[in-house]
Amino acid sequence: MLSDPVLQIRNLSVEFSARKRTIRALRNIDLDIPRGGTVGVVGESGCGKSTLILSIMRLLAPNSKIVSGDIVFEDRSLFELTEREMQSVRGNEISMIFQDPLTSLNPVISVGQQLIDVQYRDSVAKKVKQQRAIDALSQVGIPDAEARLSSFPHQFSGGMRQRIAIAMTMIEEPILLIADEPTTALDATLEVQIIRELKELQKQSRCSILFVSHHLGVVADLCDYVVVMYAGEIVEQGPVRDLFYNVRHPYAQKLLECDPARIVRSAEKKFPTIPGDLPDLGNLPGGCIFSNRCHSAFDKCETHSPRRTEVSTGHSVSCHLY
Amino acid sequence: MSRLLEIEDLSVRYRMLPSWRAAMQSQDPYLNAVCGVSFAIEEGQSFALVGESGSGKSTLARAIMGIEKAHSGSIRFQGHELRGLSKRGYKSFRRNMSMMFQDPAGSLSPRLTVKRLITEPFLIHQIRNTNIEDEAIKLLQMVGLGSEFLNRYPHQLSGGQARRVGVARALALSPKLLVADEPTAGLDVSVQGEVLNLLLELQQQQNISVLIITHNLNVVLHFADRMAIMYLGRFIEQGAAQEIFLRPRHPYTQALLSSSPEPDPDSKGSRIELKGEVSSNMDRPAGCEFHPRCPIAQSLCTSTAPRESSADHGHSFSCHYPVAIFNEN
Repeated sequence: MLSDPVLQIRNLSVEFSARKRTIRALRNIDLDIPRGGTVGVVGESGCGKSTLILSIMRLLAPNSKIVSGDIVFEDRSLFELTEREMQSVRGNEISMIFQDPLTSLNPVISVGQQLIDVQYRDSVAKKVKQQRAIDALSQVGIPDAEARLSSFPHQFSGGMRQRIAIAMTMIEEPILLIADEPTTALDATLEVQIIRELKELQKQSRCSILFVSHHLGVVADLCDYVVVMYAGEIVEQGPVRDLFYNVRHPYAQKLLECDPARIVRSAEKKFPTIPGDLPDLGNLPGGCIFSNRCHSAFDKCETHSPRRTEVSTGHSVSCHLY
Repeated sequence: MSRLLEIEDLSVRYRMLPSWRAAMQSQDPYLNAVCGVSFAIEEGQSFALVGESGSGKSTLARAIMGIEKAHSGSIRFQGHELRGLSKRGYKSFRRNMSMMFQDPAGSLSPRLTVKRLITEPFLIHQIRNTNIEDEAIKLLQMVGLGSEFLNRYPHQLSGGQARRVGVARALALSPKLLVADEPTAGLDVSVQGEVLNLLLELQQQQNISVLIITHNLNVVLHFADRMAIMYLGRFIEQGAAQEIFLRPRHPYTQALLSSSPEPDPDSKGSRIELKGEVSSNMDRPAGCEFHPRCPIAQSLCTSTAPRESSADHGHSFSCHYPVAIFNEN
């Protein structure tokens, strides 16, 4: 495993009870986030990315249950903290950027006030807080930051709103930053800008980033370590180059093939797809979860779940082929 | 090939201020969402509109469908002028042109069954000489769904399935022109391919012309014969898709092309980063409207708007300092 992790997730399984069914949303997740590193989580909708994030933040819905496992953050188990202690972790040590900045910013409070409000824990003068807010805004490239403190979210463009959301999370200098598809709501040229700024900020603040995205190009660009999830399990994880150049798991291979950016070079006139549907998480089939859609499945895949196998240093895959 | 759709100098604008107030503040009371756009789609051809949000792609498509009122210019469909037609007049043409809306779940009425949804066009256009039930099954088959879907409601469909129902409904009356507004937005990559393959297949089988709106450039190269790039309501470049991908002439096109990279951790440095923010339609920059973000803007760009210049094969662009073509030897 990686040395000096900030966050360690060990054998985490989460279930939701819905009507009379139990949805097994996450199963046996093992993941380390190294200090100062960027870990990318990729996977399609319904693969458990959001459940994973919410488990770390301890913001899971009340009908959820942590069946097994532990999340250790800076040598403390997050599950053993009291709600009060957890509150001092959230937004302070672990911060989060959401997908849509328009819904994560409060529309009726000025941006400056919101940036001051997030510093509620610090007992310093309001002047100091205000100065910090100005600094944070100019750090993310908002021109004329001081004058714009009194503006409201709707007076900013989409890219600027996301920058404000980023400034807000960085103001408390978190140890871990969780970014949940922060560029999905943005256009391509703005996406490039925001990613570059995130990189820059990380360099300065030396925080770790857990970056969730379905845009493989961005993950390849930003992350050092990549985790591929499918139907609530991690199917493959490894350093970014191993994963993109030497991908092992059939699902991860297909996912890379399906990325529209990759097909441009191919002469094939058809778009690649992954036929079939996600398995029902309330009624899991035996064996490997991907076996029903896998092009190289054999008998063993339908009866036995594959174990995690390390194929090279830090690069592991859960598949019977290896 | 004959021209199916011809758009000339089309403008769409929205009133933002009452005229008395505009006069008082000496402001333009209108927001020009689409300004002076011209292009044509041949029969059986596909045309892609590309641009960032707010660039007027959807407004243009809606103006063609007659959902939005065009302010000036002309829309000719099969040689007939559509602009200025009454609602009733438009209806007879809408039989031959149909639209797939951006949000599939939102454009399907939650209280109607799939069968009712895909056969509604027959009711609207009062086509009674067909057996609706058979027609519905045929349509579902065409988009790869079984007849068990007939009595389902939209909430019982997955994202990809809802999109397929949208396709079936748009193709119910075998239109000549299909307008697809972001047909893959919000779908997972593995499902995106399915929807695009379906559209490609149907287009080839039925010789439909497609106007596809997307911000995914990679889809365009695979899908479209011709494309146009929109910025603040204008076409800044248009031409054959292959040609634009190989030889983009406008710096914005070039930046856009470079910003959807291949998933390759070592391909860094090839992205062209733009600075600044997208300007707003309400407050257009003087001169070339792209100059505040343009990496190669000169003083001429800040004062004079560039005219449209053309290159080979119907490729045209609006830029004072177009990107040089590399000598490919």
